[in-house]
Amino acid sequence: MTKLIALIDGSIYSESVCDHAAWAAARCDASVELIHVLGRRDTSSAPVNLSGNLDANARDTLLEELASLDESKAKLAMRRGRLILDEAHARLVTDGIEAVETKLRHGEIVETLQEFEAEADLIVIGKRGEAADFDKLHLGSNLERVVRSSHKPVLVAARAFRAVNRFLIAFDGGSSAKMAVEHVARSKLFAGLPCRLLTVGNDTPEARSKLDEAAALLGSGGRDVTADIVPGHADAAIAEAVTSDAIDMVVMGAYGHSRIRSLIIGSTTTEMIRSCLVPVMLFR
Amino acid sequence: MLLPEFPLNTDLLYRLRIEWLGNIRGDVLAGLVVALALIPEAVAFSIIAGVDPKVGLYASFSIAVITAIAGGRPGMISAATAATAVLMVTLVADHGLQYLLAATVLAGVLQVVAGALRLGHLMRFVSRSVLTGFVNALAILIFLAQLPELIGVPWLTYVMVAAGLAIIYLFPHLTKAVPSPLVCIVALTAVTLAFDLDLRTVGDMGDLPSTLPIFLLPDIPLTLDTLLIVLPYSAAIAVVGLLESLMTASIVDELTDTTSNKDRECVGQGIANCATGFIGGMAGCAMIGQSVINVKSGGRGRLSTLCAGIFLLILCVVLGDWVSQVPMAALVAIMIMVSVGTFSWDSIRNLRVHPRSSSLVMLATVVTVVATHNLAIGVGVGVLLSGLFFSWKIAQIFRVTSTLSEDNTARTYLVEGQVFFASADAFLASFDFREALEKIVIDVSRAHIWDISSVASLDTVVLKFRREGAEVEIIGLNAASETIVDNLAVHDKPDAIDRLIGH
Repeated sequence: MTKLIALIDGSIYSESVCDHAAWAAARCDASVELIHVLGRRDTSSAPVNLSGNLDANARDTLLEELASLDESKAKLAMRRGRLILDEAHARLVTDGIEAVETKLRHGEIVETLQEFEAEADLIVIGKRGEAADFDKLHLGSNLERVVRSSHKPVLVAARAFRAVNRFLIAFDGGSSAKMAVEHVARSKLFAGLPCRLLTVGNDTPEARSKLDEAAALLGSGGRDVTADIVPGHADAAIAEAVTSDAIDMVVMGAYGHSRIRSLIIGSTTTEMIRSCLVPVMLFR
Repeated sequence: MLLPEFPLNTDLLYRLRIEWLGNIRGDVLAGLVVALALIPEAVAFSIIAGVDPKVGLYASFSIAVITAIAGGRPGMISAATAATAVLMVTLVADHGLQYLLAATVLAGVLQVVAGALRLGHLMRFVSRSVLTGFVNALAILIFLAQLPELIGVPWLTYVMVAAGLAIIYLFPHLTKAVPSPLVCIVALTAVTLAFDLDLRTVGDMGDLPSTLPIFLLPDIPLTLDTLLIVLPYSAAIAVVGLLESLMTASIVDELTDTTSNKDRECVGQGIANCATGFIGGMAGCAMIGQSVINVKSGGRGRLSTLCAGIFLLILCVVLGDWVSQVPMAALVAIMIMVSVGTFSWDSIRNLRVHPRSSSLVMLATVVTVVATHNLAIGVGVGVLLSGLFFSWKIAQIFRVTSTLSEDNTARTYLVEGQVFFASADAFLASFDFREALEKIVIDVSRAHIWDISSVASLDTVVLKFRREGAEVEIIGLNAASETIVDNLAVHDKPDAIDRLIGH
């Protein structure tokens, strides 16, 4: 019995995350664990008080005040969290998934995930959360952190779910891309789906041999593979292939470079998640 | 590892962003409020230490800015403080400012070492009662430091201080958008200038900063004698600074319901003091009152501390001429507020409710500090007393019962509970050596033998019985003496705790 973790919040992506999770769970005969994480207390919660003076017992009064403010906020957030989880639960049941568990946790999303991901086989998360605006070019702030910290494959849900008939593996020959290929060859998730194995770049013998090796591995797993090499820039070429070839999902290795580097010169992974309007499954 | 325990790269940037930019508006506003409150405090603490106000102001700027970056508790305010200032008085009086700067640098070095050795974890031996005693003693020290400004001064001073206190406490009922200590300063200064009152002003107390601080080496002979003069002061400053900083960190932790990195805080305080000595500032540490004001004003991130430091310097350099016109009465009013706000008034009511040993620990801490003006000695006395009381309490969990055999020739003693240095005498006294018996059985399987004192007592008992002609047998010694090793190594024996509690 395999298990998926679906991370949801109150954003529009939650429904799509549920649908993606339902699709994956149905294919792998997996159970789904829905997790909603209530945020941290990083910002001041009290109304502005700039009086700058200290009364007798200022500490206790302030603690009392902050605690009761946090308490009422937390109660509200908890009620909302339960509603979100209940709604998601109902949606999964409608989609035909019976084995659904829900978890409402306080804390930080990455820490929460690290706590629970050990027993899971796949993490599902939306491209954007409720904190992000709906600017199409903006990815959720938690997404990269989740992907970087997780040891499991992460399925990044697109804004709306569309049945997956055909998928593409973006293959750069790197170790995480190889991991992706191995997973696809084994996993029931991709059984019976036609696959396009694509390398972007120069058609060198080395690239060709790596590609053939990967294609052979996929073939041995019973996958129907077309492998090719396309010149150009990875993100543009793959986005182009997704639209022209009616691809419903992209599978790829993620974040090969350090966080610092991606901060300065940008990351191909981020570009791809941003520019492909289909779900992306990431391996690291 | 001085950095917090998260995988580098993945979460460091996120962490930095949250800690620095998570609460920009709140942090900048709170930083401004804190800076306004820091100026009178820095001036007041310089006066306590016997140096020019600029020494305290430079120190507050540099300590705030550096702990903002290097400290382990975002949102905590560190600057020149009363706790450290009272330790410097005799050094400044006997040897002058340059020795104070050297002491500040050395105190910083000691704090960095303490942080690297993770001595912050020793804080767990400082009980709640000692901490309460610490804040009460600190409040009393701050108040006592105001007395020179309140004794033998023109009657007008009392009117001004009273008016200042009235403004500080009543103005917030009017509006909470303007810091009331600032209103107090502005109002009292305006009145003084308008009526040309003859009152002491900040300018009378010494130089104020007129420029940005510059790097300078303390002008002292680098000899062993110098080190021996400076070291006791540095050690006291380092200990008191860390104590107050770690305590303030726990207070901020509690107020904001978040966690902090205590080891990093120790190192941060050390770096801050070290650097401060080189720009002509006095040693400092975290401030309970200011940190509470910061949280109350909405400050949560590192930006608030940084802003407090930077605003402080800008205000001093730009408004230096005006600051020197502020009457001392306004400062005294603000420091009385800080003192009142720092004191734990509940602790007076709790004197009747809390166990007498706790109250005694608290009072002993306060009395020692007020007598010595050294918070480190007070805390030492408090910790010692609480340790004594604790062992006295635990020594009571101890009982010896005995049964005589049917033929009246043998007796079995059953020892239960904790046998250690504090209960060793009671252990010895619970055997009847006058009873003439042939066989004695001492069953210690339900007791814990904690130390060498208890082993020695057991030996004595055995020896005494043998000298009376009895044969002695001890049962269960192995299980009972498992507690005698220094490290119980509970972690690698999952059932160790059960065995300790169970038998």
